[in-house]
Amino acid sequence: MKIRVSREIIVALIAVVLGLAAGALFMLITGHNPFEGYTYLFRGGLMNIERIGNSLATATPLIMTGLSVAFAFRTGLFNIGASGQMLIGGLCATAVGLTLVLPQPLLLALMLLAAFCGGALWGLVPGFLKARFNVHEVVATIMMNWIAYWTVYYTVPAYFKGPYLETESRKIPEYASLKVPWLTGIFEGSYVNLGLFVALAAILVIGVILNRTVLGYQLKAAGFNRYASEYAGMNVQRNIILSMTIAGALAGIGGATLYVGYASNMQIGVLPSHGFDGIAVALLGSNTPIGVLGSALFFGILHSGKGFMNAMTEIPPEIGDTIIATIIYFAATSVLIENGLNALQRRFGQRRAQEEN
Amino acid sequence: MWAVITQIFPYAIAFTVPLLITSLGGLFSERSGVVNIGLEGLMVVGSFTSALTISGLYPAMGSAAVWIGLGAAILAGAAFSLLHAFASINLNANQVISGTAINMIAGALTVFFARNITGSGNIQIVSGLSRRSIPLLKDLPFIGRLFFTQTYTTTWLVLLILLAAWFLIYKTPFGLRLRSCGEHPQAADAAGVNVYLIRYIGVLFSGAFAGLGGAIILVTYSGEFNGSVAGLGFLALASLIFGQWKPLGILAATFFFGFASTVANVSQVIPALALIPGLVLKAFPYVVTLIALVIFSKSSQAPRAAGEPFDHGKR
Repeated sequence: MKIRVSREIIVALIAVVLGLAAGALFMLITGHNPFEGYTYLFRGGLMNIERIGNSLATATPLIMTGLSVAFAFRTGLFNIGASGQMLIGGLCATAVGLTLVLPQPLLLALMLLAAFCGGALWGLVPGFLKARFNVHEVVATIMMNWIAYWTVYYTVPAYFKGPYLETESRKIPEYASLKVPWLTGIFEGSYVNLGLFVALAAILVIGVILNRTVLGYQLKAAGFNRYASEYAGMNVQRNIILSMTIAGALAGIGGATLYVGYASNMQIGVLPSHGFDGIAVALLGSNTPIGVLGSALFFGILHSGKGFMNAMTEIPPEIGDTIIATIIYFAATSVLIENGLNALQRRFGQRRAQEEN
Repeated sequence: MWAVITQIFPYAIAFTVPLLITSLGGLFSERSGVVNIGLEGLMVVGSFTSALTISGLYPAMGSAAVWIGLGAAILAGAAFSLLHAFASINLNANQVISGTAINMIAGALTVFFARNITGSGNIQIVSGLSRRSIPLLKDLPFIGRLFFTQTYTTTWLVLLILLAAWFLIYKTPFGLRLRSCGEHPQAADAAGVNVYLIRYIGVLFSGAFAGLGGAIILVTYSGEFNGSVAGLGFLALASLIFGQWKPLGILAATFFFGFASTVANVSQVIPALALIPGLVLKAFPYVVTLIALVIFSKSSQAPRAAGEPFDHGKR
């Protein structure tokens, strides 16, 4: 078992290296210096305390969406709707933050709760359709994404319109933001916010649920073999609904960390890319909570460093997204990497055997 | 009401055609047994390639550049779809993840290249296709006004492809092989069909058609590449399911979505529709798809083996 785990890490690292190599190739093709590009990319993510804080803040929603995708995946479900769940979670949190005036801890807790419920609802619908009618969750969550997109598109201007622009909501007041002065102070003015601690807590909670509870065992059993777990007397329908609901809730909280933590208002007409990046995070972290943390931090650095790289060189910031997308492709085709590793092992194994003779 | 319909009809058709051709591409892929969720990304690739070709060649060639751009988009879409084919046919990768990767790579990489070229990441074309009316047929009562005035040549091209696709799928040996690979690849394999080859052809078709779809958006109503096709690829996927994996079903489904989306877009200027909240109109196609999925869930015509990697040894 131990060998298998370390092997997964090796495969993930190779996928990262291949993704970075592909990024270097694209920089070369377009006539840029990849060494310079990567130096500025990683300096932009890690150069000083403030930038490290920004990388953590960028990683926060990715941890949540990554957890969301990974959690559903363990039940054999593919949650491609984390973006929509984030939007609804963010909308609910923003609505509470702009409407209620309460003591700060209570208000923040209520906002997170609202985000939790909104996201959960957006996961519950596809989960229910899957369990009850066997509607494929991929298509259902894609539809839910666009329903969320248009819901925000019309709700924000109608009820929470900003003072200047039709296309964004009012700024949430300082007391309703997850960005608190003491934390911003520690990280010298970065975007890092309380969402980070929520995300770390979520990693713990999901880790415990998956590995230490009966529910987690049942969810994983349904993921391995739906029919076997049904035969063993587990309520698979309920578990599918529950799994999608929890996945949606996680992404919903991710939306709160983005829209009332990292940012302070909602823009309409944007489907956040974090939901799709979450698939990459989950895949690279082999669907374990710790793996999700590691890969989300890595993608956080890439995303927060790309702006600095763009400012210092002529390389367009989209290289960051290209690298992430390429890493997913290599993670999806990990069979190729595994075959390569096996071939290497065989060759070195033979040589060792020859040397021993 | 009639006046309103004749007014919005050309827009509805212009919106339907790229959906139709992309969905038709998805049909070939899924009927061969490969789920292609990367249609959105393949459309973006087509849109990018045609924008680049047309903006480059237009000064020298004039309007002929538009047709070369469409051809280039077909080739680029097919070439890009090879990534998905290789992953899902040769490497048994999870087809949904591979398709998602295609979407993300296409969206990021095309804007990356576009920024290197134009700085802003948008590529505009000077001139696209112009609308024209069909002589004689346009004078027919009723349908002449709806179908034969103000049409794009690409609309007729896509309808021709639709007919050809129907013939290919249902009336030729290739079509039978394609369908059998999507239903029961082991049986097809036992009958001597090269499942890998057929699946490659299916995915290549989806890439070529989606590329063409993206390019048609560019040369008909958008006129500018901006790194996205606004979810049309996903809507094409929904149409494929709504049309129950049949060419004529797809025609009906895409026209339904095209008409519904156009109505939503123009609802502000039509008094009768302005009363309905925009959200209802915009979310309508997606909600209807969810409902349709529920209704069809008992009698789904989905290819049995779609999404499953083919394994020689498995029986």
